[in-house]
Amino acid sequence: MRLIRLSLTDFRSYPALTWRPAAQISALFGPNGSGKTNLLEAISLLVPGRGLRNARIGDLSRHGGGGGWAVAGRFATADGEADIGTGTLPEGPADRRVFRLDGTAPRNQGEIASRIAAVWLAPQMDRLFQESTSGRRRFLDRLVWALEPGHAREIAAYDNAMAQRNRLLAEGRLDAAWLGGLEDAMARHAVAATAARLALVARMNGVAAIPGFPVACMSLTCPIADRVSYTPAVAVEDWLRDSLASARTRDAAAGSATIGAHRTDMLLSDATTGVSAALASTGEQKALLVGVILRHAALIAEARGFAPMLLLDEPAVHLDPDRRAALFAAMVTLPAQTLITGTDADTFLPLAGVAEGLRVHGGKLLPDRRFPQTESTRTPVPGML
Amino acid sequence: MGGPEIERLIGLLAKLPGMGPRSARRAALRMLQQPDTRMLPLATALADAARAVKPCSVCGNLDSQDPCAICGDSRRDRSVICVVEGVGDLWALERASVFHGLYHVLGGTLSALSGVGPEDLNVTPLLVRVEQGVTEVILALGATVDGATTAHWLTDRLKPLGVTVTRVAQGVPIGGALDVLDDGTLAAALRARRPS
Repeated sequence: MRLIRLSLTDFRSYPALTWRPAAQISALFGPNGSGKTNLLEAISLLVPGRGLRNARIGDLSRHGGGGGWAVAGRFATADGEADIGTGTLPEGPADRRVFRLDGTAPRNQGEIASRIAAVWLAPQMDRLFQESTSGRRRFLDRLVWALEPGHAREIAAYDNAMAQRNRLLAEGRLDAAWLGGLEDAMARHAVAATAARLALVARMNGVAAIPGFPVACMSLTCPIADRVSYTPAVAVEDWLRDSLASARTRDAAAGSATIGAHRTDMLLSDATTGVSAALASTGEQKALLVGVILRHAALIAEARGFAPMLLLDEPAVHLDPDRRAALFAAMVTLPAQTLITGTDADTFLPLAGVAEGLRVHGGKLLPDRRFPQTESTRTPVPGML
Repeated sequence: MGGPEIERLIGLLAKLPGMGPRSARRAALRMLQQPDTRMLPLATALADAARAVKPCSVCGNLDSQDPCAICGDSRRDRSVICVVEGVGDLWALERASVFHGLYHVLGGTLSALSGVGPEDLNVTPLLVRVEQGVTEVILALGATVDGATTAHWLTDRLKPLGVTVTRVAQGVPIGGALDVLDDGTLAAALRARRPS
């Protein structure tokens, strides 16, 4: 899978941009606020979810533009070219976005996830291990639906059922049959989502180390996952359904379900030292995360026959020179298309001859002479399609 | 662009399901170019249908006679009622010619987020009908969260009436391969397996 053309219209800082990546690796550099992250965010919005910044739809349009925005990407995939677009409708509400797959509305976002995949690393994820569980869970779910496109639908259905149950409890509508129906849906989708999360964790823990990076051991803190590991799924569904039914009074007081797939936490620890990521230094945390992203790309490439796009926003921050060199070496070796950003072009000079170098300025991408076009930058690496 | 009449026509057409501004303009243009053969017959058909077609007072189907043609057909099996969300689902089942009982149109599904509760659905007449010699109620609702929740809720209401409540199966589609199914569909298919 490879992005061959990207078009932005009134998206963030870009009035209009059409860009054709010319290499397996595209290094984007420029001062703060020049629009590097915006470009990565645009691509991240072409896969299910709220993108790299977890932004609200209404915040994505260009300041001074007409209020609407659009992002379109053409991808070369194993099944031929795929045109994927997202944005607001010209005459539609500014806070609702739609998807297009080859010019028509897809039946669901899973259809898009079955064609392309992307995984990202952003500076705000440096705090992933200090913040609430929701950030770690979102990160985990992104890794899962790159492997299992149907996972996005399970999570959406679960969230839908839970939101409806929360609403009924908040309004004091204690209709036992209605609540029971929603709890049944929550239980079914929670167990399916948890099984997919567990499968990802098991496979990730089996992926070989990336030279220069610590191997992270991944695990889940989740009572559903604990049971799914040793009990038939149907029995776990029964247990969760009963647990939810008996927790209605408590959940009504709490304003939300106190048990379920929305409370799962993902833990990372250094497989060699056993030290939890939460206790590691900032640099070590970053190295663990980068290691996870790179091993995940290798896993997806093997499992699905194509690697997800890697969107690495300022990954070099907090990495020592050796780790930076190891990252660049891994990017060249992996069969994934990578977009990487940084403030300083010099950081990426070791990639000259392999990567294209683009200075981001005034809503344009300007090729940097220090990154000459060679055969290796023009030709996609074998196995990328 | 041609006066307010055309704008109003395009605006109304564009509000129809499956139509957008572009297809509405195309449809309006085609009609305006052939008013006698396309537009006036359509206008008459619209007016006739609006005047004559009403929801069936028994099942909620749309028909120009009340009770509707299905409810009034003495050859249909009156011991089985198939509950559907909307008239579109009823039409789909009729097109397939696989069901020869009666229908009941709910007029929606439960949705707390959209403010649709049991009182907004066509349920009370269903409970009355069930007590008039019906032996089986088939719940043919969508495999969505709202469809499944509504089916669960209806089962709870219908079971005490002593009627058999069944649901349409979910699983492997006809002509479909197993390896492309998602986990949820596969699990549903396994749960709904039957002796071969």
